[in-house]
Amino acid sequence: MEGRRTLLEKIWDAHLVSAESDDTPAVLYVDLHLVHEVTSPQAFADLRARGLRVRRPERTVATMDHAIPTRSGPDGRRAPAEGAAAEQVSALERNCRDFGVTLYPVGDDRQGIVHVIGPELGLTHPGSTIVCGDSHTSTHGAFGALAFGIGTSEVGHVLAAQCLLQREPKTFAAEFDGILPRGVTAKDLILALIARIGTGGATGHAVEYRGPAIRSLSMEERMTVCNMSIEAGARAGLVAPDDTTYTYLAGRPFAPAGEAWEAAVARWRTLPSDDGARFDRVERIDASSLAPMITWGTSPGMGIPVRGVVPEPDGDAGLEKALRYMGLEPGKPLLGRRIDVVFIGSCTNSRLSDLREAARVFRGRKVAPGVRALVVPGSEQVKREAEVEGLDRVFRAAGAEWREPGCSMCLAMNDDRLEPGQYAVSTSNRNFEGRQGPGGRTFLASPLTAAAAAVTGAIADPREVLR
Amino acid sequence: MKPVREIRSRTVVLPVENVDTDQIIPARFLVTTSREGFGKALFADWRWEKDGRPKGGFALNRPEAQGARVLVAGRNFGCGSSREHAVWAIQAGGFEAVVSTAFADIFRGNALKNGLVPVQVDEATHARLVEAPGEEVAIDVEARQIALGRVRSPFPLEPFARYCLLNGLDELAFLLSREREIAAFEAAPAPWRSP
Repeated sequence: MEGRRTLLEKIWDAHLVSAESDDTPAVLYVDLHLVHEVTSPQAFADLRARGLRVRRPERTVATMDHAIPTRSGPDGRRAPAEGAAAEQVSALERNCRDFGVTLYPVGDDRQGIVHVIGPELGLTHPGSTIVCGDSHTSTHGAFGALAFGIGTSEVGHVLAAQCLLQREPKTFAAEFDGILPRGVTAKDLILALIARIGTGGATGHAVEYRGPAIRSLSMEERMTVCNMSIEAGARAGLVAPDDTTYTYLAGRPFAPAGEAWEAAVARWRTLPSDDGARFDRVERIDASSLAPMITWGTSPGMGIPVRGVVPEPDGDAGLEKALRYMGLEPGKPLLGRRIDVVFIGSCTNSRLSDLREAARVFRGRKVAPGVRALVVPGSEQVKREAEVEGLDRVFRAAGAEWREPGCSMCLAMNDDRLEPGQYAVSTSNRNFEGRQGPGGRTFLASPLTAAAAAVTGAIADPREVLR
Repeated sequence: MKPVREIRSRTVVLPVENVDTDQIIPARFLVTTSREGFGKALFADWRWEKDGRPKGGFALNRPEAQGARVLVAGRNFGCGSSREHAVWAIQAGGFEAVVSTAFADIFRGNALKNGLVPVQVDEATHARLVEAPGEEVAIDVEARQIALGRVRSPFPLEPFARYCLLNGLDELAFLLSREREIAAFEAAPAPWRSP
């Protein structure tokens, strides 16, 4: 309806330096630019080559997460980055120093995966625009921010101009009715949506996750949902802010305080989509009908309920290719299938609540013989909080590795990789061929399902294991 | 950026859907501070055996693929990560355009910023191209058309992107020219834009 705007449209309009026309994209202002060691060095090099400065260093925050080791050395401290990874680390240190950008390096108690530390430091604000040279920037949309991943050229644009040239995304309402059943998590909810609409299903759209099932999620669960928006092809994912959001943010280091807090909350309360606002596309899912999900193939859209069977390809070359790579037979269940590695971590599922869920399964149980289990906290803060609760002792007692914060085995860019042919159940976001190491085979699942696989040595229904 | 007006080349056909950026360039090749040296990294795990020998069956390794500058691939090309390295690797492999029925958003944006032309065609045109690997095509950026033989098909390219391609302009120069408007925007009150 005329004049009734969606959350996306409100944020979009508030950040227009100049509106789009047929001939030119909009100039969109960026409130917060997050930077990491892998996608920024070439952008800083461009700035140097052109003699440019960082326009708004105070809107720019950097950390190290992708390429750094997460294992400890003999002295019990994090192993140092070596070779080309060490060069990326030192390049980021030099660039941040020279351009006046705040950096939380390895060793700082605020270091962590960029999409974990933004929210926990209170940098992620409702109604803001947030970008990072990483596709999982969509995570921050859980706060009702417009947050999206950009390439290295655009990292340079934001560093130099604090703006991007953008076309307004189309709007997509993903309505989740009902409430998630016990043992079914935010990860299962988003895997179910991607399985339904496909990895290109939301291309060109910003997805707003709505409905009672979303409202009842914690902030960390909403982050898991928004995180995987990109796996549906979406440009961004958003959840309207509410009291859950404000309770989470209040008192965090970079959240507004005092009168500024009151003013900010008053403003944020106007953000949710107006009743009757029109979306370009609507998809409805009954959350109460969902089950724990797991992917069987090499695309995040190849997901099935954990008790389901691997689909028949019916002549689809893509499905046949995925079956071959995964070494699976169609028509057979995954349940009971032996696995080699369990990875609990990544920007999708490495927050305190994820680790608590995994610990529920590990407590009083042992990692199955022959299985390697890694638990990688998303940040130094998550690590500290988990250790205060004794979660590290639960994981260690079960025989799992307790690591230093970072991206770790999500993407085979550091020391943590699958061996060729190994099967892993991972709480990360991508099961692409070789994603976790050349020849490695990934089943994506929730922390509960991953932990259930670790203690049984096979793909298992966490509801059965916890019974 | 070099201006791109017309590309005439034989095609290499990779008839795979959902080619993700981890296939285009596996993450281990991203541990660098350079934009160069990605030629060998392109499709590394599909293209090379562990000992570095080329895998015989892979499209890019066939003799007729050598020197081709147009890659034809399946739907949803470039899905996955935001790594611009995927575009740099495709260009390092000698390609100037990729043809598909759909591109992932971030990949498309990254491609245009580097002068790699994303040519999005309809299913029928795509099918004709897939059935004719190694045939010469002509991509006309100005006319927004791809021609295979005498059959011409349109592809979408927004005016700004086309202008940048035709003139070899990068977006940063355009953004920097808007300094006055950006400064005015920053000066206006917006309490939620803290810190």
